[in-house]
Amino acid sequence: MMYAIAIYGEPGVFETLSEDKKKEVLAGHAALQEALAERGEFLSIKLMPTSTAVTLEPPAATGQAPLIVDGPFAETKEGFLGFYAAEFADLKEALRFAEMISSPIARLEIRPIAWAGGVISTEG
Amino acid sequence: MSEWLEATFTNNRPRALAALTRYFRDIDVAEEAFSEACLKALTEWQDKGAPRDPLAWLLTAARNAGLDRVRKRQRRQTLLKTNFAVPEMPQENLPDPDEVRDDVLRLLFICCHPALPRQDQIALALRIVGGLSVAEIARAFLIGPKAMEQRLTRAKKKIATNPVPFETPSLHERSKRLAEVSLMVYLMFNEGWSTSNSVTQMKLTLCEEAIRLARLLADLFSGMGEQMALLSLLLFQHARRDARQDSSGRLVALEDQDRSLWDASAISEALALLQKSERLGHSGPYRIQAAIAAEHALAKTADATNWRSIEAHYAALFAMQPTPVVRLNLIAAMAKTRGPVHALQQMTPLADELAGYRWYHTMRGGLLEQSGDFDAAITALKIALTLGPTEPERVAINEKISLCKKNIAML
Repeated sequence: MMYAIAIYGEPGVFETLSEDKKKEVLAGHAALQEALAERGEFLSIKLMPTSTAVTLEPPAATGQAPLIVDGPFAETKEGFLGFYAAEFADLKEALRFAEMISSPIARLEIRPIAWAGGVISTEG
Repeated sequence: MSEWLEATFTNNRPRALAALTRYFRDIDVAEEAFSEACLKALTEWQDKGAPRDPLAWLLTAARNAGLDRVRKRQRRQTLLKTNFAVPEMPQENLPDPDEVRDDVLRLLFICCHPALPRQDQIALALRIVGGLSVAEIARAFLIGPKAMEQRLTRAKKKIATNPVPFETPSLHERSKRLAEVSLMVYLMFNEGWSTSNSVTQMKLTLCEEAIRLARLLADLFSGMGEQMALLSLLLFQHARRDARQDSSGRLVALEDQDRSLWDASAISEALALLQKSERLGHSGPYRIQAAIAAEHALAKTADATNWRSIEAHYAALFAMQPTPVVRLNLIAAMAKTRGPVHALQQMTPLADELAGYRWYHTMRGGLLEQSGDFDAAITALKIALTLGPTEPERVAINEKISLCKKNIAML
C-alpha cells in the first residue's frame, strides 16, 4: 500500500535552529531518502512558506470567475510543511521509515494514499 | 532538548514581545516576563510535551510572570505613596491578529527612533525583536561586547524619552511605520551583505535576521506587495551567499560565480514572491530591485544574462529614485548592452558627485581596461584604493592593476 508521511510543525522553527540541530534534522532526511531510494521510487515534497501562496476561493455566484486571494494567512500554529510518499508493505514498515525523520520540532502523520495519476520527473 | 525549544522561543519572540509590550507598556518588563515564561516552558514542556499553540502558552505564562513583577513593584511604590496601575488580565489567551500585527509593527517602529543612528536602530531591533545576545550583535558589528552594551543602553534611554503611542494607528500612520521599518530591514541586510574583511561569516547573521524580519512583515501584512517584494529581493541576494567568496575569502564577481552554488530553493521562493507582488500590481523600488536580481538568478550562465531587461529595470528605478548611485548602476547595465566607450561617456557627468564613491572608480577602471586604455585604468583603480576598500575588494583591485600593467608591458 502507498503511504504518505506528512510533516507538520511550526513554520519558521527549522530555520531558527542552530547549525548543529539543522544538520541533525537534515541527516535524518538524507537517511530516509537513501533508504527509500534503495527499495524503489518515492516522492518527497517540501512546501514553501504560506507567504508565497495564493488561494482560489469558489466563485461568489454562478458564471463568475473564482476569487484569487493572498495567503492562506500565516498561522503561528502548526502548519503543513511537506511530505514523503512511497510504497510500503504495511503500516508497521511505514512507521519504521518515518521514525528516521522524527525530531522534537515535527509531528508526523502516516496516512494511506491512493495514486491518482501524473508523473513528476525533476532533478535536484 | 533545550536547544530545540530555543528555536520555538525565538520564532515566537517578535509576536509575544510585541503583545507584552503593549500590555505592560514597558519593553523591559515585557522582555523579563518573556524570559521567565521561556524558563518555565523549558521544564513544563519537557515533562508534558510542547503545546500545539506555543504562542498562546508563552503569552499566558509571561503575563502572569509580568503581573507578579508589577505587583511587587506596586507594593514597594505604595510605601512611597505613588500610584501604579496593574493592567487588567484580558479574557482571551491570544490577542486579535490585527492587534498583533500593529503590535509587532509598533515594536519594530520603536527601534527605528529617528534620534538614533541607523546602526543603533538595527542593533536595537536585533536585541529586542530578534532576541540576539549582546555578544552576538557585537560580533556582527565587529565591535567589543562592552561597547555594544553601552550603545544599546544609550539607545534604550533615548527611545524612552519619546514614546510611540499605543493606540491603534491610523491608516496613514501605519503605512508610514511600515515603510520606515521595511527600510530598516533592507539596510540591516545590506549591513550584513557588505563584506568588510575575512570575518564575513559573522556578518551573515545580520542577513539571516533581516530575512527573518522581512518574512515576519510579509506574513503579517500578507496583502502588501511591497513587503513581498522586499522579502523576495533579500532571498535572491542571500541565495548567492556561498558563491560570492572563494575558499581563500576572495570576493567572486557575480559573472564569475559558480551558479551551481546558488541556493535553488531560496531562488524559487523569491521568484514566487516576486510574481505575487507583480500580480498585486505593486511596483516600488524593492520590486524593481528584486526583478533585477531575478534576471541574474534565472540566467543559466553570465553570458546568458538579459542585460536589456536589466537596463530597462534600472531606468525604471532611476525614474523613482533619481540618485547618482542608481544612475551608475544603469550605466553599468548600459556597458553590457552598448559597450564600454558609451558607458564611459555616460559616466563623465557623475564625476564630481561620485568623486568619493569607491565603486565609481573601480567601475571606471574596469571599463577603461576593457576599452584598452590601461594607463587611465590604473589611475582610476589607484583612486579607488585610497577610498577605504574592504580587504577582499583591495585584493581584487590590486589584481586588476597588475593585469593592466601586464597588458602595458606586452604592448
